[in-house]
Amino acid sequence: MSILVDEKTRLLVQGITGGEGSFHTQRCIEYGTKVVAGVTPGKGGSHHLGVPVFNTVEKAMAETGANTSLMFVPPAFAADGILEAIDAGISLVVCITEGIPALDMVKVHRYLKGKSTRLVGPNCPGVISPGKCKAGIMVGEIHLPGNVGVISRSGTLTYDVVSQLTSLGIGQSTCVGIGGDALPGSTFVDILELFQEDQNTKAVVLIGEIGGTTEQEAAEFINHKMIKPVVAFVAGSTAPPGKRMGHAGAIITGSAGKASEKIKMLSKAGATIAPNPAEVGLTTKKVLESL
Amino acid sequence: MKVHEYQAKALLAQYGIPIPRGKVISTPAEAREIAAEIGSKAVIKAQVYAGGRGKAGGIKTVSSPAEAKKAASQLLGTRLVTHQTGPEGLPVSTVLVEEASDVARELYLSILVDGTSRLPVMMASEAGGMEIEEMAQAAPEKIFKSYIDPAIGFQPFQGRKLAYGINLDGGQIGEATRLMTNIYKLFMDKDCSLAEINPLVITADGKLLALDAKLNFDDNALYRHKDIQELQDKEQEEPLEIQARDWGINNYVKMDGDIGCMVNGAGLAMAVNDLIQYCGGRAANFLDIGTLNNTERVVNSFKMFIADPRINAVLVNIFGGMARVDVIAKGIVEAYQQMDIPFPVVIRLAGTNLEEGQRILAESRISFIQAIDFYDGAHKVVEVAKGVAK
Repeated sequence: MSILVDEKTRLLVQGITGGEGSFHTQRCIEYGTKVVAGVTPGKGGSHHLGVPVFNTVEKAMAETGANTSLMFVPPAFAADGILEAIDAGISLVVCITEGIPALDMVKVHRYLKGKSTRLVGPNCPGVISPGKCKAGIMVGEIHLPGNVGVISRSGTLTYDVVSQLTSLGIGQSTCVGIGGDALPGSTFVDILELFQEDQNTKAVVLIGEIGGTTEQEAAEFINHKMIKPVVAFVAGSTAPPGKRMGHAGAIITGSAGKASEKIKMLSKAGATIAPNPAEVGLTTKKVLESL
Repeated sequence: MKVHEYQAKALLAQYGIPIPRGKVISTPAEAREIAAEIGSKAVIKAQVYAGGRGKAGGIKTVSSPAEAKKAASQLLGTRLVTHQTGPEGLPVSTVLVEEASDVARELYLSILVDGTSRLPVMMASEAGGMEIEEMAQAAPEKIFKSYIDPAIGFQPFQGRKLAYGINLDGGQIGEATRLMTNIYKLFMDKDCSLAEINPLVITADGKLLALDAKLNFDDNALYRHKDIQELQDKEQEEPLEIQARDWGINNYVKMDGDIGCMVNGAGLAMAVNDLIQYCGGRAANFLDIGTLNNTERVVNSFKMFIADPRINAVLVNIFGGMARVDVIAKGIVEAYQQMDIPFPVVIRLAGTNLEEGQRILAESRISFIQAIDFYDGAHKVVEVAKGVAK
């Protein structure tokens, strides 16, 4: 088992004909993901990378049975692309696009209410269930099938953590990048809930960072509902307040946004805190050995 | 993106929100003129991108044109240090000269996007002049909030709820509701990330007035607001950060150490800085080169390190994903060919096209210190930086 994506995932790529869309669609296909359709308005009827391209998400779903969308649409048009996928009734949208205006995402979140679609991202590396399906831009080869779930606000830091796990022989059930924006589609709590229910996940690694309160909400969930062990690291202990550290959501605007505050709450809730970002793998190993 | 108080007030005025009579000036003589035009008590306010100006001496009340001139001359050309600026302060090149108001009550009003509900939230309180953070800790029950459904916008009942909450009365209820409707419209139209009126005052004659104003804008939405982009005052920003942006490095933040860092990805870049501190050193900057695959940005990152006299050593930590390690390696070699690198460089590479990247570095015969992993890189750069510092 795994969460969000697996062998049954039939992937549709929005923005498949663009530079990034093409490059990463190819990588997903090579990994073994079933990419069944692409959507680029105006290019319907053609094929790209051997995949049929449609003008609309609705048509693509009707013709191919696609159930998950991977989005590479540029920031100015991305919210519209997400809305289209929600309207078509797709189960999961994984949005890679970085730089979507916050107020565009406010509209998307409003539209999501009461709908069946789940959104992961934007501004994220995507989701991978090692050995089964890759719906994202992460390097497939560093992953190993196994029983540890990974959730992160970061991209490349997650690659590093995953490669630490893999080199210690610790495989992953699913790795989920929830993204670095202030208004993520799925939060830590949303994904922790899924890992809690997943029989194949024995422990979870959570990589947070400064800004917002999503780690505090995760701590609350871990404290009251999570039975499986959680290993956590929060990036940005050295980040100065009031400065945006690359990610739109990574800015300390109050005491709650500080790494120290988040670490304190996660630790209190029972998560095991990695002493530094290079020892997340080792910390996880110790936690697994103590089970 | 931030703007000055006078620019924020001009935008409020465009949306029908009452602001004090006044004008922004850049010479003491103009201050005297404007004060004379105002003809009564005036306030001279230093224009910098930071709060806490009052306590820092950046706001002065004067009662004659001569005093206005004197106050302006004391502020213009200086650097104002407040609790928000850091010890070097910010340059005062303009001051706002405004009619002094007869204040009966000081209130607080703001709007921002709430991360938990993912909705715009309007907040009002009776404790004007205080920072919202302090207020939230001292008396959270005194902050009244209305979450706004973007599908229908700000509704009059929400204005009434907030206005009655902060004990307005009579005609002020309608006036406040209109003001809130207008600031919501401004917030949405201009893609603000924060719109704050603190204090929003009730004057002695019972009128609402935005005595101070702060507007922040969503950087991701600036592409559709040329008018807002033009308001940016580069002088108020860190020169190294401006330089970085001019060289195409959008994610650069100056920090206070001596180790230059070049990393791909924001989370990894933060973690590198944390790890350097864990190993006993301090990063001079946060630098995420992003995911574009061109060598120019790598070369420009090295230019940044050379432009920064504090640098004693550099750590390059790349985990290739979208960014390809071979392209980064080519960029590093180009940098060595184009300039004299006066500091030791520690390089850790991993991920997409690693072998090709390693081959490029090895064949170039440039001098650098190789690190095998994340920890090794941080540990080594801290050691060599200490050696150079001695």
